[in-house]
Amino acid sequence: MTIERDPAPQFAEFSHPERLVSAQWVEEHLGDPGLVVVESDEDVLLYETGHIPGAVKIDWHTDLNDPVTRDYVDGEGFAKLMSRSGIARDSTVVIYGDKTNWWAAYALWVFTLFGHEDVRLMDGGRAKWEADGREYTLEVPSPAPTEYPIVERSDSVIRAFRDDVLAHLGNPLVDVRSPEEYSGARTTVPGYPEEGALRAGHIPSAQSVPWSKAVAEDGTFRPLDELNAIYREGAGLKDGDDIVAYCRIGERSSHTWFVLNYLMGFPNVRNYDGSWTEWGSLVRVPIALGTEPGDVPSR
Amino acid sequence: MSEQQIPSQLAEIRDDFLGFELRDRLQLLLEFANELPELPARYADHPDLFERVEECQSPVFIFIEVENDIVHMFATAPAEAPTTRGFASILVQGLSGLSSAEVLELSDDFPQTLGLSQAVSPLRLRGMTGMLARAKRQIRLKTAA
Repeated sequence: MTIERDPAPQFAEFSHPERLVSAQWVEEHLGDPGLVVVESDEDVLLYETGHIPGAVKIDWHTDLNDPVTRDYVDGEGFAKLMSRSGIARDSTVVIYGDKTNWWAAYALWVFTLFGHEDVRLMDGGRAKWEADGREYTLEVPSPAPTEYPIVERSDSVIRAFRDDVLAHLGNPLVDVRSPEEYSGARTTVPGYPEEGALRAGHIPSAQSVPWSKAVAEDGTFRPLDELNAIYREGAGLKDGDDIVAYCRIGERSSHTWFVLNYLMGFPNVRNYDGSWTEWGSLVRVPIALGTEPGDVPSR
Repeated sequence: MSEQQIPSQLAEIRDDFLGFELRDRLQLLLEFANELPELPARYADHPDLFERVEECQSPVFIFIEVENDIVHMFATAPAEAPTTRGFASILVQGLSGLSSAEVLELSDDFPQTLGLSQAVSPLRLRGMTGMLARAKRQIRLKTAA
C-alpha cells in the first residue's frame, strides 16, 4: 500500500525523489491509510511539547539502540517497535525531526538496515514545519498494533565496520564532522564534550565536508547543482565511487549517506557508525592531523 | 553517599522521580521544563552575566547569585530544548535557597541519582552534570573572600 510520491518540482532532479516529501505534502496526506508519520529528535522530550498531528515518536537512543551492546536493536526488537508504532511492513513511513533532520536521517538509515521499503524524509524537518506556520498537537496517538515480521538486520550494504574501513582505505572517505574535529583541534563536537575519543584527527585521506553543507538556510536540502559543487567538485567524488561516510557516532553521517545515496545517486555509500568515537580510541589505526586529508597509509 | 547529606528539597525531587515508572519520569521532567522561570527583570537584560554551559547540546546559560550565603540560581534554555530546560529547572528549584556550603557539599553525581539515565540516555544527562559543576564553580568564586 504505497502512497504516491510527492510530485513537488524541487525533488524531481534528485536520483530518488520518492525519498523526500515536503511539509505541505505531509499536511495534505495526514490520516491517509498506510501512512505513518514518525518524529525522531535529538531532544528526547521535544515530541512531547508538540508534534505533527498523528505522528508517533521514535527515539534514537531509547528505541533504536540496543540497551546493552553498542549496536542497533535486532529484528525482534525492531518488529516490536514497529508494531507498537502502528507501522506495517508495507506502510509508507515519513520521518522528520529537529536539527535539520539530523536524527531523522539516522532513524531512516536504521529503518533501511531492516529493509523497510518505503521510508521517506520530510524535507526541512521540524524547523520548516514551524516556519510554514503549520499546526502541532499535544495529543499522542495510540495506534493499533501491527503484525510486523521479524526481519534480520542487513549490515553489509549500507553499514561499515572498522575492519571494512581499514580495507576501504584508498577509496573515498567523507568526514562530516566540524572542521575543528577534523583537524584534531578537538576530539568532540562543540557542545558534546563527552562523546569523545582518546585521540583527535581524521582517518587519513578523508575529505572534510561538514554534514550541514548539504542544507540551505531554511533547513531543506540544497538543489542538485549546489550538491554537485560541494561533493563532486569540492570533495572529488566521482560516479562509480565506493564511499564511506563517518562522523562521531554515525548520526550526522547518516544525513550525508542520505544525500549521497538518494539525492545524488551514488549507489555504493556506507555509513561507518562506529565513527570517530571508535576510530579515535582504537590501538594503532592510522590518524591524520591538520586540515589536509593526508596520504593513504601503506598497509 | 549518605542520605542525610542531601538537602530535603533535593531529596524530594529525587524521590519524586524515583517514585515513577520510566515514562512518567519523562513527563515529570517535562513539567520541570515548563516550570523554568523567566529571568527576573534585573537579569533579563544582562546576558553578559551568564555562563554558557558547554556540556549541554543546546544553548543553556546559568548565573548564580549568592546573597547572605544563600544561593539563587538562574538559567535560560530555548523552548526547543525541553530536556535541557528540565535539567536546568531541577537545579534552579533544587539549589535555590540552599546555603553555599550545602550546594558545594552536594555530590557531583546527583544528576545520576534521579533514575533518568535509561529514559534520556547517559549522554544527555551529562549536560546536567556540567550545569551543576559550573554552578558550584560560580559559588566558589563568589564566596572566596
